[in-house]
Parts: sequence; C-alpha cells; structure tokens
Amino acid sequence: MAIINILVFPGFLFLVGFALVGEWLDRKLYALMQNRVGPPWFQPLADIIKLSAKEDTIPAQADRTVFKMMPLVALAATVVTILYIPLWNTRALNSFSGDLVVVMYLLTIPTLTFFLGGWFSRSLYSMVGAARALTQLFAYEIPLLLSLLAPAMLANSWSISEIAAFYSQRLYLVPVNIIGFMCAMIALLGKLERVPFDIPEAETEIVAGTFTEYGGRLLALFRLCVDVEMIVGASLIAAIFLPFGLGLPAWLVFVLYLLKVEAIIFLISFLRTIMARLRIDQMVNFCWTILAPLAFLQLVINLILKGVVQ
Amino acid sequence: MSDQDVVKIPLGPQHPALKEPGNFTLSLKGELITEMGIRLGYNHRGIEKACEQRSYLNDLYLLERICGICSHSHSTAYVQAVEEIAGIQVPPRGLYLRTLIAELERVHSHLLWLGVAGHEIGFDTLLMYSWRDREVVMDLLAALTGNRVNYGYNTIGGVRRDVTDEQKADVLKATDILEERTKYYAHLAGQELTLTKRLKDVGRLSKEDVLRLGVTGPTARASGVKRDIRKDDPYAIYSELDFDVVSNEHCDVFGRTLVRVGELLQTYKMIRQMIAQLPDGPIAAKAPRKIPKGQAISRYEAPRGEDFHFVRGNGTDKPERVKVRAPTLVNMQAVAQMMKGGQLADMPITLAAIDPCFSCTDRMIELQDELGNSGQVYSWSQVREIGIRHYRERGIDFSDLSKRLANWRERI
Repeated sequence: MAIINILVFPGFLFLVGFALVGEWLDRKLYALMQNRVGPPWFQPLADIIKLSAKEDTIPAQADRTVFKMMPLVALAATVVTILYIPLWNTRALNSFSGDLVVVMYLLTIPTLTFFLGGWFSRSLYSMVGAARALTQLFAYEIPLLLSLLAPAMLANSWSISEIAAFYSQRLYLVPVNIIGFMCAMIALLGKLERVPFDIPEAETEIVAGTFTEYGGRLLALFRLCVDVEMIVGASLIAAIFLPFGLGLPAWLVFVLYLLKVEAIIFLISFLRTIMARLRIDQMVNFCWTILAPLAFLQLVINLILKGVVQ
Repeated sequence: MSDQDVVKIPLGPQHPALKEPGNFTLSLKGELITEMGIRLGYNHRGIEKACEQRSYLNDLYLLERICGICSHSHSTAYVQAVEEIAGIQVPPRGLYLRTLIAELERVHSHLLWLGVAGHEIGFDTLLMYSWRDREVVMDLLAALTGNRVNYGYNTIGGVRRDVTDEQKADVLKATDILEERTKYYAHLAGQELTLTKRLKDVGRLSKEDVLRLGVTGPTARASGVKRDIRKDDPYAIYSELDFDVVSNEHCDVFGRTLVRVGELLQTYKMIRQMIAQLPDGPIAAKAPRKIPKGQAISRYEAPRGEDFHFVRGNGTDKPERVKVRAPTLVNMQAVAQMMKGGQLADMPITLAAIDPCFSCTDRMIELQDELGNSGQVYSWSQVREIGIRHYRERGIDFSDLSKRLANWRERI
C-alpha cells in the first residue's frame, strides 16, 4: 500500500499528471488573457516526450556528475514534499510534528539545484542566472517562511496536518491570515521564477539563465520539477490558508482540492499577465522593505490574537 | 573589487533580445555594466554600390528594401532627391497620398516598438496587445498599397495607386480604433507600477550629450531637444498640416516611450486632416527616364529619426552616387553613453529604446588585419589570389579542376 501511495497515488504518477495539467492550465490562461489561442491540452506532455527523445549534450567544461545529478535531486525533493502536505483531508500521508519546517527545507532544494546546475555548467549566462537564483532565494525565502509561520503560531503547531485541522474547525479564524496569504502568494512567484520574478531566466538578457546549457532529458526533468513545484506550492498554500470544506464527502473534497489549486494557478497566471519583470535589485528591495514587514505584521497580529483567544 | 571580478559577456550576433545581428560585449561587475563594446557590420549588403548599376526607377525598389519597417521612409527620401534634380513638380494629390502612407508607416513602426519594448522588460502582454492592434494598420497598408511592408507605393513624380472613397472611410475607421487603443497605452504607461519602475531613470542621456552626439528622432526629443524635420525643414505637405512636436525632459527610456505614444496621437490627427483635405487631380507627374546632371540631398523624419539621402546624377539613366545615412547610425553612438553604469537587466531595453535597425545602418565594411591596422586597398586580382591561397591552405584546390574545364572548353 505504501509503495502504491508513493509511486502512484498521491505520489509520483498522480503528481506528475496533475503538474502537467497545471502547466497547461497556466499556459492556456496566460494565452487567453493575452488574446492568444494557447496550446492544446497535451502540449506539456508532448514537450516532455519530445525533450526525452533528444540527445543529452553536456558542455565539455561542465562538471558532468553535478550537471547530471541536479535535475534528479530537484525532482526528487519536490515529489517527496507532497507526502507531508494534506491534500483533501486533514491528514497528510506522512505527518509528524514539525513537518512544516521539513517542507520548507525540501522546497528550497530545487532553487539550490538551479544554482549548482547553472554554476557547474560553466557558461557565462548560466553562471549569471545561477547567481541571480541564489540572490533571489535570500529575498523571498524569509517572507515566505514568516507568512507560513504566522498561521502555525495561532494553531500552536508545526505540523501542516494539525494546522489544517485547527483552521477547518475554526473557519472564522481563516480571514485573519489574509495578509500572510498574499505574502505567501507573492513569495511563491519568486520561488517558481514567474513574472515579475523570473529574473534568473530573463530570456532577453541571459538566454535561459541556469537552463541555458541544459537540453534533452535533463531539461525535461528540470521542467517537470518546476511544474511539480507549482502544484506542491499551491497545495501547501491551499492547505494552510484555504482549509474550507474538509468535512464534506471524500470525492467532493477531492474536487474542491483541485479547484483550490486551480484557483491559485489562475492567480499566478493573472499576476504574470499584468506585470513586467523587475530587476534583481528592485526585487530584493521589494522583498525586504515591503513583503518581509507585511509578513512580520501578520506574525504580530497572530501573536496578539493568540493572547486574546487564550 | 579587482579587475579579475570583471566578467565579459558577449551578447550576439544572434541573441533573443533583438531580431537583427549585432554584437555587444558587456564588461560586468556583478550586475553593473562597466563598459560596452559595440560591433555591427554583419549585414552589409552593398546597396549603395548596387544603386550605381541600376536605373533610377530600379533603385527606388532596391532602396525601399534597406529597412523592413521604415521602407517608405527610404524610398520617399530618395525619390524627393531625384525629383529635385530633375525639377519634377509632384501633383498635390500625389504628395498627400505619399504623406498619408508615411504617417501610417509611423503608426505601425511605433506600435511595433511598443511591443518590442514590452518584451525586453518581460512584459509580454504589452507585446501581444500592441502587435494585435498593429494588425489593424498593417491590413490598412496592405489595402491601400497592395503590400504589408515593402509597399512599392512611390514612383518618381508621385505615387502609383489612388485611393477610393471607401478606402478613405476605412482609414478613418481604423484611425478611430487605433486612437482609442493608443490612449489606453498612454494611460497604462503612467499607471502600471512595474512598467514605470523598469523604464524610469534607465538609459539616461542628457541634453548636452544629445547635442554633442547628434542624436535624432524620438531619442533626442525625449531629452528636450525639439528637433523634427517635419517641422524644421518641412517636406511633402507637412507645412499644410497642423501638428505639434512631442517632446519632454525625462531624458530616459520612460521619456522615449512617452514621446512615441504622444507621436502616435499626433499622427492620428494628421491622418484625419489629410483625408479631409485630400485634393483632386492626378497622382503622379510624368518623369523622364534620364535624369539631368546635378545633385541633391533629402532629409526625412523617419519613425526612428532623421533619414538622410544624397543623390548625384550625371545625365544618364543611372545615378552616379547614392548615399544613405539611416537614423540608427547616429543614435547607436549614444547607446554606449546610456549604458555606462547601468544594470545588465536594463541593457536590452536601453538598446531597444533607440529603436535600432542595424541592417539599415550597415553601409560599408572596413577590413582590418590582426593588428587592427586598416586602410589597405586590395585590387581585384589581389583579392582573387588571397582567396585561392586561403583555400589551398585548407586543402581545397580548384586549379586542377579549372585546367580540365579549360581543356574541355577548347575541345568544344
């Protein structure tokens, strides 16, 4: 049963399928909002198949081991994360007190692999992209952690499952976290490297940043990793900030979960439709002077509220 | 930081930021640009030389192909110079129609630029929107002239096609749509926060630098230099039209955007005036095949700035010399100045803000040896010998083949 859980449902296969649908949804919505037609539903899968059929080329100067390992590490880290996030009930597949920290840690790994993969590609564009990915990590990681910390404080637990259970029983407390929700959404854009924070892969400046030298199967793995990361990030936000209707029949909760994730994907594509790419210095400034204080404000609000409630 | 921290990044000749070949070597300290080297000349086509071997009318079509965007600008600038030498009076209706196409071309060029600018700063929605709206004017140009870019509308002495009353109505209708959309973009440019953040204080060029470097077009007008050939040295029918020269004192990419959007609104005003005032009569005067001896210069306000043509005739049906100076040539000098101390992320938009057109600019090639010495002149036979030696060194020898070819010819 455990092996099925890990490999098929809700593990690898389901997650990859959902990630591809998520990517299609993102691209289609983005296209529709820009007055374009957009790709057909199977396009993300077709891209993966096409990339998998291509030859792997590794630059002569690159570190072969690191170059090959990084996509695998990135994908493994994001797929494992889903085991700790409650999807359509208040119980995750695997949960213990403190799994929020583990999830945050696991979600940092892809960015680190982008850095290492780009750095060891030894291409100028990759190296600039890698340096930017790491700079960006330091900017959004703190606001993201703070904004997830605030609901956890109020729920008095470090376990995502317990946080979800706490809020689903006290729905009136959900609106309290609205600032944290917004901060987490914006920080998630940074994590996923989407406009306005797609600075590490700004195509008009540094080609594809980290991924410049990647191709074939390795690029397919990286792209899959980014798609899965989007689903995992959206699920995490849905579990903590949108714990609605968890007591309904199982199939209905499942549909509701899909809708929640799709709503978050819609928000992501909407935000990237209406904005231009920021510069790295503007991004860091924004994260430290606006986003981090806002997330901190949420923390203070929840601390005060906790004192009042008790 | 020591000199070892300076990273040199080559951008181009092929790169995704621009659709034309140009090589830019950026010296970077972190994200800051300390120096920029520009290398153009990948697209030399020898058009000026080719002009000397073709008749005046053939040259018109050749010069139109200098640029894929401001094709009408080059052909009009050339045709004006030829008409001046030959002393041809173009009928008023011909001049009006020529100017109408010129202004429609400005609309399509500026909308295209707006989209490119959006793409350079990662705002693809602006690209998709403005290029969708650009289709309106492209369709209009195709309906009026028969083609979307290389219109072939001018001829020596006038234009080649007349407009019908239905087409006039179409022009007015399209102008209304475009004006509404442009007003929306003007509103957007001032409102959208990420847009203004990326455009303001980027690529600064002071008024003094504009005057020193001889910068033209919207780039100069955005630095407070009110220069516009249409106002300063009116050609065609611009002296009869009522319009303002749009300029501002921003001195940055934001200012250049505002100038272009403002110019679009002025252009719609001019198009309406031209349609309303369009006189009756012939559209072209008859031009002689042989143009008399003489020389003339012609200046034209292309969408990118001053387009300069010089033509000298020697009494035959072919010009003795045609000289073209596209606006990008002068504006390019300013880019290195704008780039100094800028960020890597601002490089594409700074470059795009002069609306560069490298292919139009490439007029000559200067050969340099390994030491950077130039000025050596090779005769045709010397070039041939160098070529033969070059290939022989690489194991390719045609001498045997050419001997056999000569023998075979003798036998026949």
